[in-house]
Amino acid sequence: MKGGLLSAMAAVFTRELLVFWRRSTEVMTALVFFVIVTTLFPLAVGPERHELMLMAPGVLWVAALLATTLSLNHLFASDYQDGSLEQLLVSPYPLSALVFAKIAAHWVLTGLPLALLSPLLAVQMALPTKAIGTLVGSLLLGTPILSLIGAVPAALTLGVRGGGVLVSLLVLPLYTPVLIFGAEAVAASAGQGFASVAHLSLLGAFLAVVVSFAPWASSAALRVSLD
Amino acid sequence: MGEFGGFAGVSRLIKFIHKYGAPKRFYRLAGRLVPWFAGVTALLFVVGLYLGLYWAPPDYQQGDAYRIMFVHVPNAWMSMMAYVIMASFAATGYIWNVRLADMLAKATAPLGASFTLTALVTGSLWGKPMWGTWWVWDARLTSELILFFLYVGYMALQASIDDPRRAAHASAILAIVGVVNIPIIHYSVYWWHTLHQPASLTLTSQPKIYITMLIPLIVMSFAFMFFYFTMLLVRVRSEILVREQRTDWVRKLVGSKQ
Amino acid sequence: MTFSQFLAMGGFAFYVWSAYGFAAFVVLVNTVQPIIHSRKVWRTLRRDLDRAEEEE
Repeated sequence: MKGGLLSAMAAVFTRELLVFWRRSTEVMTALVFFVIVTTLFPLAVGPERHELMLMAPGVLWVAALLATTLSLNHLFASDYQDGSLEQLLVSPYPLSALVFAKIAAHWVLTGLPLALLSPLLAVQMALPTKAIGTLVGSLLLGTPILSLIGAVPAALTLGVRGGGVLVSLLVLPLYTPVLIFGAEAVAASAGQGFASVAHLSLLGAFLAVVVSFAPWASSAALRVSLD
Repeated sequence: MGEFGGFAGVSRLIKFIHKYGAPKRFYRLAGRLVPWFAGVTALLFVVGLYLGLYWAPPDYQQGDAYRIMFVHVPNAWMSMMAYVIMASFAATGYIWNVRLADMLAKATAPLGASFTLTALVTGSLWGKPMWGTWWVWDARLTSELILFFLYVGYMALQASIDDPRRAAHASAILAIVGVVNIPIIHYSVYWWHTLHQPASLTLTSQPKIYITMLIPLIVMSFAFMFFYFTMLLVRVRSEILVREQRTDWVRKLVGSKQ
Repeated sequence: MTFSQFLAMGGFAFYVWSAYGFAAFVVLVNTVQPIIHSRKVWRTLRRDLDRAEEEE
C-alpha cells in the first residue's frame, strides 16, 4: 500500500513535469519576469554599484517572490478546466499526498530554475561574490515555501472571478516571513558574512512548518472549491 | 473511563453548539442582548474618554500626545483578538458545519479590519510628534499593516464567491492558514526591526506605564471590546435573515412585522 | 485647567484630536452602516414576501 502511494505520487509528479514541459511558455514567463524586473531596477535607480549592492538582496528576493506569485495561477487552473483535478479527488490515495507531489513539481519548474538563474542576476545587481552562495541557498530553501503556501490561495480561488489578482492579494501578506529571512540572509553575508546561518536556519524551520501544514490545507481548499 | 468522559464532553459540547447555534434561537437571543451591550459600550466610552482625556495627567516626556495611546493600543489589541476570534468561528463553522459560526466569522471581518485601520492611522498620528514623520517602519505598525492586508484578503475572497457555503468554507481555510502564520509574521517583523534599528523607540515601551495611564487604557479597551460585541450581534442578525430567508420562521417574522 | 487649555492638549491638539476624531468616525461608520444594511434587508424581505403572496 505504501509503495502504491509513493508510485501514485511519482506518477502525479512526472505527469506534471511532462504537462508543464508541453506548455513551457508558462514556465518561461515566470523566469523572464524575474530577469526583467531585476533589470529594470538599475535603470530606475542608476548604475552606481554601491547603491545597487545595498538593494540587491531585497530586489532579487522581491522579484523572485513576484515571479512565483505569477506562476501560482497555473498550479491548478488547467487541471481544473480539463477535469483531471476531480480525478485526483476520487483517487484512493490521500489527496494531500498527491497535492504535495503537484506542488513539488511546481517548485521544480519555477523555484528551482529561479534559484539556479539568480547568480547571473546577482552579478548584474553588483552583489559581492561571497554572498552569491547564500543567495542561491536562501532561494533553494525559500522558494519551496512560496510554492507550498501559494498552493492554498491558488486552490481557494479556482473558478472565482478575478482569481489571478485575488491570489496575489491573498498570498503576499503570508509571504512576509520568507521575504524577511531570505533577504536578511543575503544581506548578512554580503556584509559581515557570518550571521546568515541564523537566517537560513529560520528559513529551514519555517519550511518544516509549512511542509507539514500546507499540503493538508491546500487539499482541503481543493475539496471546498470542487464541492 | 477518562477517555469516555472526554468523548461525552465533546459530544455534549457539539450538542450545545448545535442547540444555541440554531440561527432562529440566536436571532432572538441577539436581539435581546443588543440594547444591553450597546448601553455598556456607551457607558464605557464616556468613562474611558473622561479618564483618558481629562483625568489622567500628562506624561512627563510625551506631554499630552501620549493620550493617543488610549485609542491606538485598544484598537491594536482588538485587531489581533478579532482575527483570532474570526479564525475560531470560521474553523468551528468549517469543521462542524455550524452555519451560525460561518456568519459570525463573516461579520467579524469588517470590524476587525476597521480596528486595524484605526490602529494604523492613530499610530501614524502618534508617530508624527514623537518621531517627526508620519510613517516609521516600526515593528508594531508594520505588523498591523500586514494584518490589514490579511483582513482585506479575507473579505475579498468572501466577496468574490457567490455560493455562501463555499464562500464560508474557502475563507475559513484562509483564516486558519492566516492564524497559523500570524505568530511567524509577527516574530519575523519584530526580528527584522531589531536588526535594523537596535536603539529605536517603540511607541508603548517609551512611557513607563503608570496606574493613571493603565486605568483609562483598560476602560477604553473594554469599551472597544463591547463595541465589537454589539456590532457583531447587529451584523449577524441581518446575516441570519438573509441566509434563512426561505425558512418558515423568517417568513412568519417578516409577515408579523408588516 | 480651562476649557481652552483642555482643547490645546499641551500643543498636541492637532494630533490628539485627529486621532480621537478618526477613531470616532470609524466607530460611527461601523454603527450606522449595519443599521442601514439591516433596514435594507428588511425592506427586500418584505417585498419578496408581498410578491410571493400576490402570486398565491
